[in-house]
Amino acid sequence: MSGMRAFLDRLHPHFVKGGRFEKYYAIYEMVDTFLYTPSDVTTRAPHVRDALDVKRLMTYVVLATIPVILMSWYNTGYQANLAMTEMGVAETSGWRGAVIGMLNIGYSPDSVFAAMFHGFLYFLPIYIVTLAAGGICEVIFATVRGHEVNEGFLVTSMLYTLIMPPTIPLWQVALGIIFGVVIGKEVFGGTGKNFLNPALTGRAFLFFAYPAQISGDSVWTAVEGFSGATALSLSASGGVEAITASGVSWMNAFLGTIQGSLGETSALACLIGGVFLMYTGVANWRIVAGVMMGMVVTSTLLNLVGSDTNPMFAMPWYWHLVVGGFAFGMVFMATDPVSAAMTNLGRWYFGALIGFMVVLIRVVNPAFPEGMMLAILFANLFAPLIDYFVVKSNIKRRERRIQASVQ
Amino acid sequence: MSQLTKEIVTDPLVDNNPIVLQVLGICSALAVTSNLKTALLMSVAVIAVVSFSNLFVSLIRTQIPSSVRIIVQMTIIASLVIVVDQLLKAFAYETSKQLSVFVGLIITNCIVMGRAEAFAMKNPPFASFMDGLGNGLGYSLILILVGIVRELLGAGSLMGVTIFQTVNEGGWYVANGLMLLPPSAFFVIGLLIWALRTWKPVQQEAPDFKILPSHSEEGA
Repeated sequence: MSGMRAFLDRLHPHFVKGGRFEKYYAIYEMVDTFLYTPSDVTTRAPHVRDALDVKRLMTYVVLATIPVILMSWYNTGYQANLAMTEMGVAETSGWRGAVIGMLNIGYSPDSVFAAMFHGFLYFLPIYIVTLAAGGICEVIFATVRGHEVNEGFLVTSMLYTLIMPPTIPLWQVALGIIFGVVIGKEVFGGTGKNFLNPALTGRAFLFFAYPAQISGDSVWTAVEGFSGATALSLSASGGVEAITASGVSWMNAFLGTIQGSLGETSALACLIGGVFLMYTGVANWRIVAGVMMGMVVTSTLLNLVGSDTNPMFAMPWYWHLVVGGFAFGMVFMATDPVSAAMTNLGRWYFGALIGFMVVLIRVVNPAFPEGMMLAILFANLFAPLIDYFVVKSNIKRRERRIQASVQ
Repeated sequence: MSQLTKEIVTDPLVDNNPIVLQVLGICSALAVTSNLKTALLMSVAVIAVVSFSNLFVSLIRTQIPSSVRIIVQMTIIASLVIVVDQLLKAFAYETSKQLSVFVGLIITNCIVMGRAEAFAMKNPPFASFMDGLGNGLGYSLILILVGIVRELLGAGSLMGVTIFQTVNEGGWYVANGLMLLPPSAFFVIGLLIWALRTWKPVQQEAPDFKILPSHSEEGA
């Protein structure tokens, strides 16, 4: 490794001010700090001394997504292989069929490896396109504006990939992440200054721009011509009964062997990642608890209110937890340290607002079966306001205390 | 046309554009630009109203008592809007139905009121008329640009004529549904402002505050 260090040190003079490649300092810096801990320290107040820098923070988030990633490979392939067996299709066409045929892996839905490999072949192109398209935007902005290429993008690209449906056209993947990175983040000054979650901004763009490829019944299983509704859209028409009638038990939904976006189906995998993130302190437990409480209270309230015409009113909270993107959004999206509320009390309100809105959108709004994305983006907008009021009330409380002690 | 008059007309097009520099009249710019046809019709309506309201306000500017000037201006503008509305209904009924309330809402368009108050009250009639024309044209320029982008990307057509054949009609272009929704006008106008202020840095606003770097200069 010391050879690598020496190599980077030899290149260093070319990239600093006055060097030959001064313009490309951002790229040099990106490679250098990716491989080594940066040696520079803050020289102005406030002097924060903590081993947890942005790089480690973001690396932890990526680590936490590993169970979700593995589950996304398995479930995507499993759903596809299952559908192929049902429809009597022997093999897929195109390059995926060629690769699977060459390695002689087959399409048995009972084989975990075959399923994971098939799913991996859907995950990989989406991820590569996300990294390439978003990464190019990041580097352009970093170079022009003279800031660093931030590791935040590694997280954004991974989360963004996991909330895509497997069948989404790759050009839409590219368009969405470019929108998310540029409009959702860079126009406001880059990582740390964005008030919206960039991954969700990208998905929201696709959701409104190309609804046919990201919602409905035929996009969730990677088999041509197969139509399978998500558990959530089933329940929108017939409540929990409609889900169980389609052969999906609560356990299936919890483990994640259901229709859905790549990484959002398994509540279990998301919760494992969530426990890791909360244990390491990267994700704030108050936000997660707030989301959970908001959701449980609101859905229980709607259970009690009841409705003759809308079966979603009767959906209990433990079903809300496992269907759709709730678990994924709660663990990975709501806890984004940049776009969430920053004060401890504010985090409770912020989380509760998400939990409240997601149930409201799912149950009361007939236009969108899924509400997690919109609920989080909505709460992102309110996060600065929540913080403002928390800080204000703190100041007032202290003023009262001082006045009381003076008198 | 003298040099000064020319300047009065051309200045609001790029250097002092009512939408992208002063950020006025955004509401109607969002609402009527989902296709080029309504954007064009709206442009014509606003140009007519703002030029003539400037002219008439300027004609009687010495007679208007200062305390009731806003009411007098409003009366003139409202009368003009009613005339324009009736003319549109008579000659372009279908498109005017698409414009719905937004023709009537020209009354509340800040550009019209703003020019009457800021320019017509202090300047002779001809110059005022020209100022109204210039500002109307500046408004129209942005409306037309946004209309072109939104209709072309959202429906693959311009003025209803197919340019990109969409997938639904058996072509190759996958229409971007977001572009037909009003929020997309925010994005398009925002990107226009970005482009314009990159081209003309003098329009950039000074930052409200400066974030100190965490490192001293020589260390970076």
